[in-house]
This record gives sequence, structure tokens and C-alpha cells, in this order.
Amino acid sequence: MRSPDQLLHPTPAGLYCPVGDFYIDPVRAVDRAVITHGHADHARAGHGAVLATPETINIMAARYGKDFTAKRQPTELGEVVSINGVEVSLAPAGHVLGSAQAVVEHKGLRMVCTGDYKRRQDPTCTPFEPVPCHVFISEATFALPVFRHPDDREEIRKLLHSLTTFPDRAHLVGVYALGKAQRVISLIREAGYHDTIYIHGALKSLCDLYEDHGISLGSLEPATLEKGVAKEEQAKFAGKIVMGPPSAFRDKWARRFPDPITVFCSGWMRIRQRAKQSGVELPIILSDHADWDELTQTVRDVNPQELWVTHGREDALCRWAELEGYSARPLRLVGYDEDS
Amino acid sequence: MQAFSQLLDSLILTPGRNAKITLLCDYFARTPDPARGWALAAITGELDLKTIKPAMIRALVSERMDEELFRLSYDYVGDLAETVSLVWPETHGANYSPTLDEIVDTVQDTPKAKAPELIAHWLDRLGASERWALLKLVTGGLRIGVSARLAKQALAKFGGVEAGEIEELWHGLDAPYEDLFAWLSGDGEKPAPDMSGAFRPVMLAHPLIAKKDRDDPDAINPDMITPEAFAAEWKWDGIRVQAVSENGVRRLYTRTGDDISHTFPDVVAAMEFDAVLDGELLVRKPDGNVAPFNDLQQRLNRKTVSKKMLSERPAFIRAYDILHHGEEDLRALTFRERRAKLEALLGTSPTDRFDVSPLVEVTDAASLNALRNAPPQPEIEGLMLKRWESVYEAGRPKGPWFKWKRDPFLIDAVIMYAQRGHGRRSGYFSDFTFGVWAETDDGHEITPVGKAYFGFTDEELKELDKFVRNNTIDRFGPVRMVKATREEGLVVEVAFEGLNASPRHKSGVAMRFPRFNRIRWDKPAAEAETLDGLKEFLSYSEA
Repeated sequence: MRSPDQLLHPTPAGLYCPVGDFYIDPVRAVDRAVITHGHADHARAGHGAVLATPETINIMAARYGKDFTAKRQPTELGEVVSINGVEVSLAPAGHVLGSAQAVVEHKGLRMVCTGDYKRRQDPTCTPFEPVPCHVFISEATFALPVFRHPDDREEIRKLLHSLTTFPDRAHLVGVYALGKAQRVISLIREAGYHDTIYIHGALKSLCDLYEDHGISLGSLEPATLEKGVAKEEQAKFAGKIVMGPPSAFRDKWARRFPDPITVFCSGWMRIRQRAKQSGVELPIILSDHADWDELTQTVRDVNPQELWVTHGREDALCRWAELEGYSARPLRLVGYDEDS
Repeated sequence: MQAFSQLLDSLILTPGRNAKITLLCDYFARTPDPARGWALAAITGELDLKTIKPAMIRALVSERMDEELFRLSYDYVGDLAETVSLVWPETHGANYSPTLDEIVDTVQDTPKAKAPELIAHWLDRLGASERWALLKLVTGGLRIGVSARLAKQALAKFGGVEAGEIEELWHGLDAPYEDLFAWLSGDGEKPAPDMSGAFRPVMLAHPLIAKKDRDDPDAINPDMITPEAFAAEWKWDGIRVQAVSENGVRRLYTRTGDDISHTFPDVVAAMEFDAVLDGELLVRKPDGNVAPFNDLQQRLNRKTVSKKMLSERPAFIRAYDILHHGEEDLRALTFRERRAKLEALLGTSPTDRFDVSPLVEVTDAASLNALRNAPPQPEIEGLMLKRWESVYEAGRPKGPWFKWKRDPFLIDAVIMYAQRGHGRRSGYFSDFTFGVWAETDDGHEITPVGKAYFGFTDEELKELDKFVRNNTIDRFGPVRMVKATREEGLVVEVAFEGLNASPRHKSGVAMRFPRFNRIRWDKPAAEAETLDGLKEFLSYSEA
């Protein structure tokens, strides 16, 4: 069996497989890319060829236009494709719609790159499946023992409770456009809230795409007002949920809402000062990334010979692995956002 | 406990004073005695459960998790109570929430040796938010963005009384304040505690900012400084104190109301008057002049004070205001009238222990500006300006008093080491050690002279962080050593308030209050200050 570094190793453009001549989630345009999921820091436009799940391909086309790559290679979960003699397949990652782990196998050596993942149930995507392997390359966004995401339903209840406590205030819910928005809407619907949810324009195409994939989101309307309508019209947002990317709420756009309360759904909301510094009044701890317990449980489930740790807090997960007797190393890949 | 942790959570996340006051009022209205009183004591910093120290909490955690993982977590979060509350292992099915009074009573009845067990027992039973509130409560120092003053304003609103009434009573009251809440709820008389020897809330000054910094709302026009409007005094470099001597009770307080009488028996013994004085605590040199701040510092924070210390570093008070004389409350009088009373009390017969802060003649702003930067003695750090017509008002009112400090000293130094910050800055190298050139037989050697961790903008912090990452030559745990040679090194202009001789430091000097003034990306490292050049500032501080 060859050394794992010969099959996959970090380069400035991203994780590279020299034998198969392809990259996994490259941060620059390359000839051939395997893409784990549709978030912008993992899925960029301009590659020669893209291998990904059909959902991820659709998401990329929706975000970048149909010419986002010269050659599309939609690959179903579990289907094995040979790239220059290297066997590549995709396994579900449970992160967002279409998200997958990249499984790379050559001459008896199997390496799994998780991309981003989580373990808890999510109504909008296929749950994570552990794949036994020699080298497990795990994300580490929330790899500190302080990050333990609470129960999703309890967190959503906090939001719905606030709606009844402050029936005159518009609840501006900050969410990422892909994945988080649709998951939060689904959870709100599961909790029995069926009023119209108003969405920022940046969320629309991805919500439509989720609907096309059979994920029902209920009544959604644009959070816009016709030019020149009476000020009283703004009152329709009072006590309602308005969703948009967090950046939009810092913008002039947000001035139209009556006495707004800012809500942000993210795993970072676990840290009070972080919530305070971003001006959030109602933090909802909800993430599409694995928390500390999920990360460590996953390493135990996969039980690899070697653990490689990428984007996030590598030091802590490597330290834990060392204490547990796993051989571990940080990859220090660059170019990935903290949370998306 | 749940209500208290929710209150703290909301206070942290709610912007705006009025909204915070509303939250506090709601809590006082909803919560029974004595829990609301203990909460009030915790928020105002009056609750001191001496048995529980932060080190003890750390020890509890290290029994439960790896030290290194805890360190990484603490580095990231930046707050001990919050870190511990988040990493504490959850016990399934355990949910018991003690009330605030149960916690306070139990902790007070628990011997020190048993305290860790008690805290661990509670931590095992609470959720993350309540664990955080419990740790905040028992270790003190809430840091939730609510000052004692704001809490008193909330009490005033809750009871429909003036905030001044609460301020006035405050130091005569004790937690859990049942008599205070009874009065404020309309169920009792206004408490009338024995105020003999009590601390009176002090009046503080705003820095004087010349009008040219127009963006600053506190800016004033120096032309308004006229002899008719303002009195001026030197701003002495000691600590602000209040000397209370009434009905046989003698107390010495810091400006925040901490009782330091036991540390300064020499001063207390000399309080041969029946009055409340406001002044500067200083140490006298054998020649009668004021000693450097360093000498005073040797006397602070001591539980016992030796005879040697008392004779070598005799303390005295330079008084600048009088709040009470006998039975008479003078605070509603003008500064002009109070000054006359003060001079009548002390001016005619100053003692070794008490004298009156002399007035500085006011002509115009330009001459005062020159004076503040060239004071007659090194232990003067600038001027105080007080309106003749100002009454003595608790807090930091805008307009009546100004402090006009000497401009800071500036030197160019070279960055030598950097360390990662905490909390919001945990991803950045934000704590810097800098040095200057010492001449040795082998040429020039860089010598550390101080540490600074502010004075730069967020943008500059990013650039500094990048510089550190690109120029690291060695690592010691969390500390990075960066290139600092005659040819290569980053020069920063450092501002500081004074320089003291310090045998404990390799350089032999210690800076007071150093911070970055600007980053000199343009300046060659070889042109930074020399150690001899820096030591010339000693003459300003220790002439």
C-alpha cells in the first residue's frame, strides 16, 4: 500500500490527487474537480470538469449560471467512477441538500474527505453515513469542547416564543442562503408555524430549488414593499419572520421593518460575546456542522488508521485524537470560510 | 436560578441603557425577596462569597478534562465562567435548579475545603446557561455590561424615586436589601441606616478634549477657560481617596468605596477632624516633596504594614474638597464655598498628614496648556479644572470638572514577541512585547522594555497579525518571536505616562500605561530608541 500523501495531499489550490489528477473542493479554477457540496468556498465556478451529486450540480448552476463548468459529471451517492485509475465515489454528509463525502480509493488504500458534515437529523438532506477507511479527513469548524449544539427543536421554540412575546416586532432571522435557510424554515414548519415567512431576494432561487427537489417550505413571500406604498404597509411585518443573509440586516434594506429584533441562527451563537459583538439580540444555536461530540463520535465510528484535520480548530481535534490513541495531523488548508 | 440566568443573558444581549433598566425593573417586580436582593448584590459587585476563587473552578475542570483542550477552549472564549459552563460534562437526567438564596446561604455555610464539592454538585445538575450564571455569581465580577450606577437607576425607576436617593443610602445598606425593596415597593418606610463613617459617592472629571477634535461630543472650546469660570489645581499622581471622620468613626476609602483604612494606619491616626474630605493619597519623600507613584504602590494591597514601611514611606492626603463638616452636608454648596470651608479647616494648620491642594493661577487656556506639559514637579500628571460654581455631584457629570493631563511620552521601539489575544482577538496576535537598543561590547542588542496590547485599530491589528505570521523566527508555547535586528524589524511609536526604575526588569526600567501610538512601517529598525535614550525619561519621573 502506498503512502497516503501520494494519493492526496494539500496544495495551494486545495487537496490534490496526483494519481487521478483531480482536486477535491479546490479554491482556484482547476481542470478537474470533485465537489462535496454547493457552498461558495467549496464550490467555485470555472473548473474544466466537475464531479458532484446531481443536487450539487443543480445548486452550482443556480448560483453561477449554467456555464459554471465546461463538463458536468453528475454522480449518484454510492456510484463508483474511475478517474485515471483512481476509484472515486460519494457518500452522504448530511450538511446541506446534495452534500457528500468524497471517497477516494487506489490500490487498497481508501481515503475519505468529509467536506462539511453533521450527524443530527435534518429534514432537508440525506443523513451522514460513516465509511470505513484508512485515512479520514475531517472538517473541524466547531472542534472545541465548548461547542455542543443544543436540540434543534428547543432552539426553534425560542424563536417562536419570542414571536408571541414581541408581537409588534419584526423578527429578522439571519441565515445562510444555502442550507441553513431551508432547514430553519422546515424546522419552523415542523413546529407548527404556518404563517407566511418573508424572505430576502438572495434566498429565493435556492428555496425554489429545494422545493423542486421535493422539500416543501410552505408559504414564502418576498420581504419587499412596492415603491411608494404607504408607511402603514410596513406594519404587515410586525410579529412576522423575515429571513435573509446576515449582511442584509446591516444594510439600508433592513430599515423598512418595524422595531426589528435581530436573530441569528449559527453554531457560533453558543458563545455569548460572539453573539453580542455581532449585535444579535436573539441567538439561535443551530448549525449544519458537526459539534464537538459529533466530530469525536464520528472519528470513533469510522475508526481510521490516520486522522487528518482541516479547516477550523485543528489543534483541539488533533489533541483529542492523540489522547485517544489515533494518529492525527492538521492539514492547514487555506481558503475556507469559518461557517457557511 | 433560571430567572437570574435569563436576566443575565438578556442584559448581555440587550443594547441600550433604557432597555436594560426595563429588564432589571421587570426582574425586581417578578422576583421575591431575598433572591432579588442577592441578584442586585451580584450585579453591583457587593456580593463577595470569599470561599470560591477562580483557581478553584479551574481545578474542578482539570479533574474532568484534558488541560490542553481546556486551554484551547479558554483561549477561544476568553471568559473563565463561560468556558467552564460550556465544557462541563452534561449529566443526563439531572435537573435541579437551586434558588439564588439557597446558593448564597449554602455557600456561606460551607467550609472552604467543602466548597469545590458543592459547586461541582450544582454544576452537574444545571444546564449550560445556569452553570454560567452560577459561576458568575460565586466568583464575582459579572462583566455583563451593567454598572452599579445603572442598577441603581433601575432601582430608582422601580420605586419611582430619584437615583440620588439610592446613591446616598447605598453604603449604609446590606444585601439582600429587604428594607430597600420594601420601601421601593411601597410596603415600608425609607430605610434610615446609620451613615456614620459611610462612603459618599464621589464626583469624577471628564478628560478635557480641545474643540478641534470636533467629532468628540465631549469636546469643549478652550476659550471658555477663564479665571472667572474655572479654578485650576495640579493633578497629583497618587490615588483618589475619601477620608471620613465622624462620630468617632474613621475610615479611608478608595474612590470606588473600598475600605483601605487598615493599610494606612498612619493617615487614619491623623484624622483629627469631624469631616468628610476628598483628596489624593500620596507618599512623602524625606525632603517633604511628593514621592513617585512607585513608592505609593509599595504600600497598596497590604494586609499588614510594617513599621519600616511606615517610616520609610509615610503617607499623607492632599485634600481638594470637603463634603461634610460636622453635621453639615456641604455637597449642595458651590466649589467656591466648599473651598473656603476646606481652607478654613486645614489651610491654617496643615499637618504632615493633611494639607490643601494649592490652586494654580488661571490666566488663559494657552498658558495652562504650557503648564500642564511642564509641571513644576514630576509627580504631577497634569491639571484639574473645576468650575467655581459646581456643586458636588456623584458620578461623572458632563461639564463641571475636567482633567487635562500632560501629553504622553513617546518613543520608537521594535516589536520582539507577540502573543495571541483572548475572546474576539483569539485568532490574532495582539499582545506585543517591544524593545529598544542597548549598546554592548558586541554592538547593539535589542532589550525588552514593555508590553502593549492596544492603541491600534482593527485594520492595523490585521496587518500586525500578518507581520507576526510572516516574520516568526521561533515559538515558545503561545508566544511567537519575530525578527528584530538592526536590518529587519517593525518599529512602533509607543506612548506611555511615565517611567520607573525597576530592578525586576532586565532593562532596569518599567513603563507606566504603555500603548501603541502609531505603527512606523516606514522606519528602519536601527533608528529606534536606545536604552540610554529611554532612561532619560527617568529624570522626569524620579527627579
